[in-house]
Amino acid sequence: MGRKLLLDKVNVPGIREYEVYRREGGYRSVEKALKTMSPDAVTEEVKKSGLRGRGGAGFPTGMKWGLLAKPEGVPRYLVVNADESEPGTFKDRYLMEYIPHLLIEGIITSSYAIGSNRSYIYIRGEFAWIVDILEQAITEAKNNGWLGKNILGSGFDCEIYVQRGAGAYICGEETALLESLEGKRGNPRIKPPFPAVKGLWDCPTVVNNVETIAAVVPIINDGGEEYAKMGIGKSTGTKLISACGNIKKPGVYEIDMTISVEEFIYSDEYCGGIANGRKLKACIPGGSSVPVLPANLLLTTAKGEKRMMTYESLADGGFATGTMMGSGGFIVLDDTQCVVKHTYTLARFYRHESCGQCSPCREGTGWMEKILLNIENGKGKMSDIDLLWDIQRKVEGNTICPLGDAAAWPVAAAIRHFRDEFEWHVNNPEDCLRRNYGLAGYADPVPPTPKGELAGA
Amino acid sequence: MSEEKKLFKPDSYRVTIDNITIDVEPGTTILNAARQIGGDVTPPAMCYYSKLQGSGGKCRTCLVEVAAGSAADPRPIPKLVASCRTNVMDGMVVKNITSERVLDARAGVVEFLLINHPLDCPICDQAGECHLQDLSYEHGKEGTRYEFKRRTFEKEDIGPYIQLHMTRCILCYRCTYVADQLTDNRAHGILDRGDHAEISTYISKAIDNDFSGNMIDVCPVGALTDKTFRFKNRVWFTKPVDAHRDCDKCCGKVTLWQRGDDVLRVTARKDEWGEVQSYARPDDKGGGNQPGWICNDCRFHKKKTSDWVIDGLTNINRHSVISQGKYPGLVMPNETIAEVMSGRDPKLLMDIHSVSDVNSVELGSLPGAATSNIFEKKDQ
Repeated sequence: MGRKLLLDKVNVPGIREYEVYRREGGYRSVEKALKTMSPDAVTEEVKKSGLRGRGGAGFPTGMKWGLLAKPEGVPRYLVVNADESEPGTFKDRYLMEYIPHLLIEGIITSSYAIGSNRSYIYIRGEFAWIVDILEQAITEAKNNGWLGKNILGSGFDCEIYVQRGAGAYICGEETALLESLEGKRGNPRIKPPFPAVKGLWDCPTVVNNVETIAAVVPIINDGGEEYAKMGIGKSTGTKLISACGNIKKPGVYEIDMTISVEEFIYSDEYCGGIANGRKLKACIPGGSSVPVLPANLLLTTAKGEKRMMTYESLADGGFATGTMMGSGGFIVLDDTQCVVKHTYTLARFYRHESCGQCSPCREGTGWMEKILLNIENGKGKMSDIDLLWDIQRKVEGNTICPLGDAAAWPVAAAIRHFRDEFEWHVNNPEDCLRRNYGLAGYADPVPPTPKGELAGA
Repeated sequence: MSEEKKLFKPDSYRVTIDNITIDVEPGTTILNAARQIGGDVTPPAMCYYSKLQGSGGKCRTCLVEVAAGSAADPRPIPKLVASCRTNVMDGMVVKNITSERVLDARAGVVEFLLINHPLDCPICDQAGECHLQDLSYEHGKEGTRYEFKRRTFEKEDIGPYIQLHMTRCILCYRCTYVADQLTDNRAHGILDRGDHAEISTYISKAIDNDFSGNMIDVCPVGALTDKTFRFKNRVWFTKPVDAHRDCDKCCGKVTLWQRGDDVLRVTARKDEWGEVQSYARPDDKGGGNQPGWICNDCRFHKKKTSDWVIDGLTNINRHSVISQGKYPGLVMPNETIAEVMSGRDPKLLMDIHSVSDVNSVELGSLPGAATSNIFEKKDQ
């Protein structure tokens, strides 16, 4: 059983309420930081912890805070990115819904570190009920003196505001989020300047994911070095993984980054294996925008090593044979799933969510969706597969924000690893409407669970 | 060596674009540095407009490769960058047309821009002065790989003078910047997102203010057109002349597009990049660099030659189709098939010259619109 830092108290009854949370040791980090540490010391502690951004890119959080410009007389802002809309990712929702005070506590400590007197939670519009939960948590924190003016007599003021988005995926991109927060159309800005220099209302801004901010709490409580002892190499601490798809036990799991992918999928502590005794075909380990991997490459890297649930191991082999940790949306596909249909579904999502600002993404996503729909419906041509490859190549890297990349990578990976399935769709236009390609070459390296155990599940 | 350079031209950055080196002021973008060199080195720009603050970065046609970031940090930038929004650094080495990657990406962008753009230039009012047309000639491919239905919209009248044909729009956002920066109360903007995004007013409001006509001038394609000129003539049959009048609202410096003595259209004067020219203001405020936007009064209501003082012929690039017929004495192209194909004379199903005297009539010198009557039929 791995050690839990974020979710260890989540099953305590009433943890959503302030009294219970406080009794369980909540707001200790705020006390410690405000009373005994300087803001720079908090940043230093986060740097020591090796915490990496949990939103997808994995940028070191301490370094991000250190890069923040600090001109005189200009306010600085902390913006928490709770616009979690990546298909397959639902870890932040779980965290905010069940243990909201952890986020509030993390925000107060982080705001103290970067000197932000006004911090914002930009939350996805669909999470309407969580807005109420957060508002209540903020009110409770305020009533108990954790927010407002001169917190704990330290002279530090902090207010937290919750802002609802209107349900656009693109507003999860940090600069689009800032635009939306300013009340404008959520179009990503052109970088540079980065938000650390010119962010919200042209002031230096730190934009962090919910989980990143929550992870600041155990780092301050136990010390950065203690936190860095968990995990392997540069992947320190724990990570929330939202597992879904064809597994026995979908849900949000907190892992310390020392377990292997195989253990995560098949162990009873986590996903509990593939549902209905089927076989593992493919998996997207980090939310819909990271490359999909077939079973054989998922469990072992191209070098033959065991693939671990860490940033480095998942990215081993680059995009040719590897993938990314991403935001931790672990989507498992079994042998009844059709990769072409799956890729089409993702392409449709990205087409719908492209902001339409820059041309490769605006036009490319729609084009890819139409071609994929044709192939899925048995109307495709062999040349369409090469065309798809060419389109994704021209979209990737040529756009303002990473949404273009996110739309191109799933298509690229699907063609790279599952080209025979695309070709089968083209060659068997009638068959592909009736049945699926099945497991084919992407053999499940792990034998299926014995029947008896299945019956018990 | 760098010491010498500073002595030679202090406070300037030395940047190399396609092996041509130039000293520019700090804060110049790569695109503007390339425009100072001119010629093929200049990346095309569909959305960037130097007179509109914040424009650029959207169309991605101006992507260039940065082979060395600066003299201090000569690492290359891994991704292609939008040259219109990237400032030069001292010692930067940029590759534009010498980079395969750039040409490939640019061809891709042109293809993306064209997949939903109607290819009906012959019936489009912008033909002849369309930036997308130029771009696709220079960087596009001859065929399309897009096999699906194109996105279409209804034509929409936004205000009494401007028609919006959203089908042709490439979403460069220039017109919204014009509305933001030149007029009060912007009434139009982008609705929806992604490939179904559209420019529109909310909700079906009329755009009515004195400088709204400049949206037509900044539109790189035929999406926003002048309703007082629509379908009156092709631009290459009209003769552009510079003229001015005393206007209390604007600079009053315009280009008249004439046919005979009729003024068919009035636009602002444009420079070689298709942008509005800059002038010093008479009251000497704001320096010598004020864009010469013109007001709707000059643009839509002063359609008589007597309203204007003619300054002289507009300088039109000889490569432009607008200059066709405007340069008397030029050698006409060879007319017969045999002449063109150096003696070989394949049998054609139809030869246009046997049906009409198309090439024998100097269209630019006609006093009015060209009609079928002026072409002599050979069999008559």
